[in-house]
Amino acid sequence: MDDLDADTIGEVLRVTDSFAEVGRRANPKVPALRGRTVATLFFEDSTRTRMSFETAAKRMSADVLSFAAGSSSVKKGESLRDTIETIQAIGMDAVIIRHASSGVPARVAEWVDHCAVVNAGDGWHQHPTQALLDLYTVRQSLGGGQEGTDRFDGLRVTIVGDIRHSRVARSQITAYAALGAEVTLVAPATLLPPSLEGWPIAGVRHDLDGVLATTDVVSLLRLQAERGSGAYVPTMREYSAGYSLTARRALQLPPEAIILHPGPMVRGVEIASEVAELPSARITDQVGNGVAVRMAVLFLLLGQGSLEGEAA
Amino acid sequence: MSVHPELLIRGGTVVDATGERRADVRVVDGVVVDVAEGLEAPPQGTVLDAGGCLVAPGLVDLHTHLREPGREEAETIESGTRAAALGGFTAVVAMPNTDPPLDSAESVRNVFALAEGAMAQVAVAGAITVGRSGERLAPMAELAALGVHLFTDDGDGVQSAGLMRRALQYATGLGVVLGQHCEDRSLADGGSMHEGAWSSRLGLPGMPSEAEEVMVARDIALARATGGRVHFLHLSTAGSIDLVRRARADGVPVTAEVAPHHFTLTDRYVAGYDPVFKVNPPLRPQEDVDAVKAALADGTADAIATDHAPHAPELKDLPFDQAPPGMLGLQTALALAVTELDLPPARLLALLSWQPAAIAGLDPVHGGDQGGPVAPGAVANLCVVDPMATWTVDPTALASRSRNTPYAGRTLTGRVRHTVLAGEPVVIDAEAQR
Repeated sequence: MDDLDADTIGEVLRVTDSFAEVGRRANPKVPALRGRTVATLFFEDSTRTRMSFETAAKRMSADVLSFAAGSSSVKKGESLRDTIETIQAIGMDAVIIRHASSGVPARVAEWVDHCAVVNAGDGWHQHPTQALLDLYTVRQSLGGGQEGTDRFDGLRVTIVGDIRHSRVARSQITAYAALGAEVTLVAPATLLPPSLEGWPIAGVRHDLDGVLATTDVVSLLRLQAERGSGAYVPTMREYSAGYSLTARRALQLPPEAIILHPGPMVRGVEIASEVAELPSARITDQVGNGVAVRMAVLFLLLGQGSLEGEAA
Repeated sequence: MSVHPELLIRGGTVVDATGERRADVRVVDGVVVDVAEGLEAPPQGTVLDAGGCLVAPGLVDLHTHLREPGREEAETIESGTRAAALGGFTAVVAMPNTDPPLDSAESVRNVFALAEGAMAQVAVAGAITVGRSGERLAPMAELAALGVHLFTDDGDGVQSAGLMRRALQYATGLGVVLGQHCEDRSLADGGSMHEGAWSSRLGLPGMPSEAEEVMVARDIALARATGGRVHFLHLSTAGSIDLVRRARADGVPVTAEVAPHHFTLTDRYVAGYDPVFKVNPPLRPQEDVDAVKAALADGTADAIATDHAPHAPELKDLPFDQAPPGMLGLQTALALAVTELDLPPARLLALLSWQPAAIAGLDPVHGGDQGGPVAPGAVANLCVVDPMATWTVDPTALASRSRNTPYAGRTLTGRVRHTVLAGEPVVIDAEAQR
């Protein structure tokens, strides 16, 4: 995500518009990636992200291979590098990688020659397509035009929750900041990264109540109990009392503000059930937009040149 | 030795703990017999050219992982001591985290047996606790009787303050030194790099500086209380250095070593997630690198120790957080010191030879043959260093069985030209002789 500047993000969002239109058709399929083969390599379970990527690739007529680490030779002790080289030898145009360890997509990109590498989430590090789909969802909600990335300038974005262990937060912060938004982080000190040196943020708060009235976009993060986040706060109840977006807190938001959550939601912990159902909560939109954004990303990586105009 | 009954090292500057002088060195049957200018070449024997070079006691590494027994795919005593000889070392202290660990007389005797005929003297560091598990003391007296002078659970610190205190009390009766790998597990556990700006950005779990510093502070208090000798292994933070500096000013019996990677590399090298830059203690920010250099300059650090830690390539192809920590060090240590430290050659050699020899108990004061003055009667453990020669690190050209050097492609100044082990020239013109 660090490598994406505002212009590139703007281009992704514009291309996403075209593919969002494809998704609304009766037959939502285009030949943009016909003859191309992409593989999803999920070394960490994620049904949602995998389905989103695979749907995106299939809507563009790519052949999709699905590699689940649990059922593969990885279980037999094959090294990551050997796995990647095998997959490349089979002949992939792109590999979409999810891994529990930060940095794996970056390493894989160094090992492969003729194959695009898409990061579908690595450790605590980055989840770029999630950030891009958030931006797309926000842009949609702001009612901007086709070119509307300028709408992000000065937008007040509040990211709440387990930022320390969140690849989503790291990607969001970079993406929002690249477009000029003012990002405020809200979390207990134990759930912040050890250092925020050099992070493009407007500030850090430890009280959600203090910022909601001046927030345009509130982005909630899941408390990642499976990563041991539970030990970073005394109890879930205490965390929820301070940081859950309750119905009472949602009322403090300005009327135009929107609520985002990357999913899966833990209702009652970071978001109250009734808040998730509010019109300002765009959580379902995020999922739908995810497919279109991932189509755009795959198209920009694989479909350039030869398929000019075909997507639109 | 019989093939090299006589040896003349000609044209160099002899540097040892007594000073520097232009002199040739004549060796007969493994012993220095003459140190003077203009010595005659022997009619039969070897002449080693030392023009423009420093002739010094052989280097002594306080911290070598030879991996044998247990991890022979990564390194063996043979390959590791060849790397040592090429790096100018005539003695290495083998760390006890082998499989089985060096926590019994039997396992120590086994290493000594395997090391017979090796290209460097192999001293052994014994484990402080049985199985390095931090639960009960290893038979230190039995090991000391075999010549073990340094004890450590390296790879892990002794977590229990109570057990460390008892080990220090016991050690005072044996006259041995306890080496501590300072890492409080409750602070560092799960970390794979220095905790700070880079770990936060890269999304890698971090090991904070205080994980090292709280154990340094604890062990200083224990050394002060017990009078037991503590040697701090591979100190890496400004805070640790500061604690040791103050403790020594107070007369507390502690010594310290630092590793070359901690005065040459920072945590920003981790940005590409290449596990070749993963090491424990981790690479730290620039201010810590500066503190390590300052410790070498002002004498707070007694030794440069390599922490040579070979790992098979497939382990260094794992994701960063899963790869084992460690870097090769034997063949690059001296050149990194010459290249990166602004210290006179005699100081560098003190840090790499006679000071570590004394800590390891391998010097003449302790009845050993390492690090002593280059003078008639001394066993000829010597290295000849060209301080001006430049060379480029090629991982495939290293003698180690592993390739995990973080300095691949780096051009360094200072090269070991010859190494003489008990009179035998085991390295001539940077080539191993066997």
